[in-house]
Amino acid sequence: MSQAATELIRISGRAGVVPGAGLNREFQVCKLVDTTTCIGCKACEVACLEWNGYAFSETTFNNSYQTMPETAWNYWNLIKFNEHERADGSMMLLMRKDQCMHCEDPGCLAACPADAAIVQYANGIVDFQEANCIGCGYCMTGCPFNIPKFSPTARKVFKCTLCNDRVSVGLEPACIKACPTGCLHFGTKSEMKELAETRAEQLRENSGYRDAGVYDPAGVGGTHVIYVLHDATNPELYGGLPKDPHIPLSVRLWKGPLKWLGNVAMIGGIVGMALHYMRFGPKKEEPIPPNDKDGRRL
Amino acid sequence: MTNGWIDIKNTDMMLIMGGNPAENHPCGFKWAMEAKRNRNAKLISVDPRFTRTSATADLFVQIRAGTDIAFLGGLIRYAIENDRIAKEYLVNYTNAAFIVKEGFKLPEDGLYSGFNAATGKYDLSTWNYEGVGGQGGAAGATGHAPEPVPGKVGGSAPPPGLPAHVSYDLTLQHPRCVFQLLKQQYSRYTPETVERITGIPKDQYLKAVDLFTSVRKDGDMKKVATIIYAVGWTQHTFGTQIIRTAAMIQLLLGNVGRAGGGVNALRGHSNIQGATDMAGLYDSLPGYLKGPVPDDKDLATFLKRTTPTASKPTPWDSMNYYSNTPKFMVSLLKSFYGDAATKENGFAFDYLPKPGEDCSWTHIWDDMYNGKIKGMLAFGMNGVMIGPDTNKNINALKKADWLVVGEIYQDETSEFWRAPGISIEEQKNINTTVYRLPCAGFAEKDGSMTNSARWVTWKYAAVPPPGQARLDQDIVAEIFLRVRDLYRKEGGKFPDPILNLSWAYADAAHPPLSQVAMEINGKALADLKDDATGQVIKAGQQLPGFAWLKDDGTTMCGNWIYSGSWTEGGAQIQRRGTEDPSGMGVYPNWSWSWPANRRVLYNRASCNSAGKPWDLDRKQIWWNEAAGKWVGNDVPDFKPDSHPKDHMGPFIMNPEGVGRLFAPIGVLADGPFPEHYEPIESPIKNPLHPDQSNNPLVKKFNTPFDKFGSPEEYTIVCTTYRLTEQYHYWTKNNPVNVQLIPEPFVEIPVELADEKGIRGTDKIKVISARGTYIAKAFVTRRLKPMMIDGKKTYQIGLPIHQGFRGIDEDEGRNARTPANLLTPAVTDPNAHTPESKGFLVKVEKA
Repeated sequence: MSQAATELIRISGRAGVVPGAGLNREFQVCKLVDTTTCIGCKACEVACLEWNGYAFSETTFNNSYQTMPETAWNYWNLIKFNEHERADGSMMLLMRKDQCMHCEDPGCLAACPADAAIVQYANGIVDFQEANCIGCGYCMTGCPFNIPKFSPTARKVFKCTLCNDRVSVGLEPACIKACPTGCLHFGTKSEMKELAETRAEQLRENSGYRDAGVYDPAGVGGTHVIYVLHDATNPELYGGLPKDPHIPLSVRLWKGPLKWLGNVAMIGGIVGMALHYMRFGPKKEEPIPPNDKDGRRL
Repeated sequence: MTNGWIDIKNTDMMLIMGGNPAENHPCGFKWAMEAKRNRNAKLISVDPRFTRTSATADLFVQIRAGTDIAFLGGLIRYAIENDRIAKEYLVNYTNAAFIVKEGFKLPEDGLYSGFNAATGKYDLSTWNYEGVGGQGGAAGATGHAPEPVPGKVGGSAPPPGLPAHVSYDLTLQHPRCVFQLLKQQYSRYTPETVERITGIPKDQYLKAVDLFTSVRKDGDMKKVATIIYAVGWTQHTFGTQIIRTAAMIQLLLGNVGRAGGGVNALRGHSNIQGATDMAGLYDSLPGYLKGPVPDDKDLATFLKRTTPTASKPTPWDSMNYYSNTPKFMVSLLKSFYGDAATKENGFAFDYLPKPGEDCSWTHIWDDMYNGKIKGMLAFGMNGVMIGPDTNKNINALKKADWLVVGEIYQDETSEFWRAPGISIEEQKNINTTVYRLPCAGFAEKDGSMTNSARWVTWKYAAVPPPGQARLDQDIVAEIFLRVRDLYRKEGGKFPDPILNLSWAYADAAHPPLSQVAMEINGKALADLKDDATGQVIKAGQQLPGFAWLKDDGTTMCGNWIYSGSWTEGGAQIQRRGTEDPSGMGVYPNWSWSWPANRRVLYNRASCNSAGKPWDLDRKQIWWNEAAGKWVGNDVPDFKPDSHPKDHMGPFIMNPEGVGRLFAPIGVLADGPFPEHYEPIESPIKNPLHPDQSNNPLVKKFNTPFDKFGSPEEYTIVCTTYRLTEQYHYWTKNNPVNVQLIPEPFVEIPVELADEKGIRGTDKIKVISARGTYIAKAFVTRRLKPMMIDGKKTYQIGLPIHQGFRGIDEDEGRNARTPANLLTPAVTDPNAHTPESKGFLVKVEKA
């Protein structure tokens, strides 16, 4: 698994997959979140914050146990709470750990124009390389889960790394380590998928949740974070989990079939620039005005 | 806990009530989830609020705070009516067959027989078994039931006074046998009555009790149910009786002593069990020995009063383990006073304080308010915040001469004079001298912690205390040594207990806790020999266990139930063995569990009368005929060689040897069976007996702060609780916790919010007769309006964590009101716990 954690299979800003790379199912990692045993204790939130070294930031009470409305550039893991009243009047308090889903077909990566700002490893982890991030925010448009968040101070975009730093040395992600109830599991995709399906079946047969199921949406090629839900037919109830997420059509078109349009526009620009030079000649350098003794422009 | 945290994984059914373990015990709650995942166990959550525990439950019912006995009493009725009881267990392991004295009256009118309205006390003479030949206590070895001790309410260990030979009827048909009385007592708790009191609609209620009792469907004994609770059950004026009702249900269903069963108290601090074990209450001594009272003229009188004699049907056997009380007591006195405790001076029994009146928590503050208590040493707690009626406590501290607080933070107690509402002018007139001593935090000191599962586990210091912070024991030692010096120099009224206190530590000013732990375990003071085995313990050696304790002064032991924790073989409490041969989560080599490293108490009851486990898949102990003894995966909680045919009762700590469905002679002050009483502040009169609505033994104080609200003015039922994100009043000093829950809030139902025009996050006032709490509204559907005896009633809840000192609170601009401003200082007559769950308030927009 650790070898897969350093082997790149996709790189943003470059067409197609990396030559020689192919998804190897054997190495695919996966995080399983069993929402039916989540107690909303937020140990995963704290573990994430502390492992990634983010400091305290001020929050306000928002008529919920939820720490903040959405994940933030410096808060990658958030339990979303929803009070749901069922048809028979009984209550449910749905709690879902929200974080990057690490899509097999990542919309962020597809949307990213910067060279190697987003990469996908052979183990399935989608990771932002902040050094290469140009802060354009296209990844935010590309993500169907509203995960990448822009930092106004760093002027770059951040998100959960699935603890790539831990996973690459054989450890589980920090959130998994902290979970007290065993609602979070970590392993290979096939193991987690099997565990999830077994649990969903148990819920259907023994706990009266007839619609219990596994969330591993096909629209993004499956994800490396999967959920067991009491009601898989209504994922929206769980803090707005999209029912059938896809990479937005605009991103798909722009980065796929219409990519030539961009190239045409770029070539057009270069041609235009050359024509302008030929017609008007070079731009003259204006003299820089001197500064006063305090360094102010005069 | 009768069982332990890990053992919860063995259960088939969980009733979680008066507790919210998912939020307040998240790590331990994993075992509830294990039971669900691996055994398809069911979880029933009964709570005033739909909590995060309820979110994982198979069934949730919303109950009105303070009506748990009605719920559980109805459950007893349902189990009996539908024959979902463990018949063999009931007859042989409980006092169901025992016959109660003539003249005993059930509380149809709210009062048991013997109530004296003038004194407000019960005469206990009818609260007893009938002796053989129709005699009451007279046939017993120790004669009549004891007179109630003046000023003394309740007690924890059984007093003598029971008949030695009890009349009984194994067919359970005698009209005065315990089972028939029990049936009669709870026949009044019909689903309709339960609905009127608790607010739980009948169909929902029947669903819950049917599900819980389904473990005994068709006489099956294989399945096991557990009952799990926390302070939601204790903080009532009838809290002890709620827990007793749970114990009775577990006896009726045959769930006590079994893996996955029991009555399980979840403790709210890492070491609160340890604090209780070491005499947390003023009227007990370490190891739950009864505390002395003024009438105990000497050791002999005390021992006669507190050492029970067996009381049982003649053909049965009873181990009556507390008959060893003299050995435990004398060894304890030897540990206190060393060589100064001699046979001649009654082992210095006279040195012990003998409180003649209630000295429990609320009384301390009342006495301080009334000028009787002049100073206070407050360690390991935030006194202003934790108790009821904060205003009263702050005003009491204003009257004190001095206050010493050992803390790691600037807490509300050491800065009580800066509470919201006290002006600068007023602050100048407060003359209390406050000393705040910087203490070491939990990671900065070693020592042992005893968890809910009774595991005594040693921990090590991670880092040294910062700056001038000192270890608690060093502070206490220095105070003691200086006080002793003063007594040496100046004498005093009674210097002997101070001058003769045993302080045999290597470094008197810095007692190592390892030495204290060894002292608690106990050692031989002379050479000891066991005649049966020939084993010899040399003088000065650590004792292997409490079986070696002597009443002649040749042993010392600081707490008999901890004997065996630090033996000649080393610190058992430092063990970290992860072997679990049975696969049932016993982990016999991980730390050490009191008593005698036993993991499930009363485990003899996990077998039938013949000594065979009720469930062969969950074998704990069993009788091995060939070996002639009890063997198994746990340490037998029983006389190891008592043959099943001798019919020794499995509840060896009771003089009866059996579990008590009926608690005789004032073991609980307010009645042999639990009865539903309303909280002191309640929206309705008790539907069972409106003329005796409350617990008749509850006393109220008389200061101007002890005010009570009428249900006409204060219509809303309020309860307090804790959140998973915060730890008591402490983590408001830790940034991450503050980020998770930044502000205090009040959970109110949507319907109430609509009625008052309150929107979520609006600031609101919660007002009780005693104070006003201000916080933001958390408008939720997890609390629903209830119909209480035909009256639409709202229930609200507020977390207790914030106050006027913390990261946010320190800035002055953001002082928060403590939740306990609202709660009344009225207490349970047995355990003296205040009624924080279930009081009346009104709500206004702020």
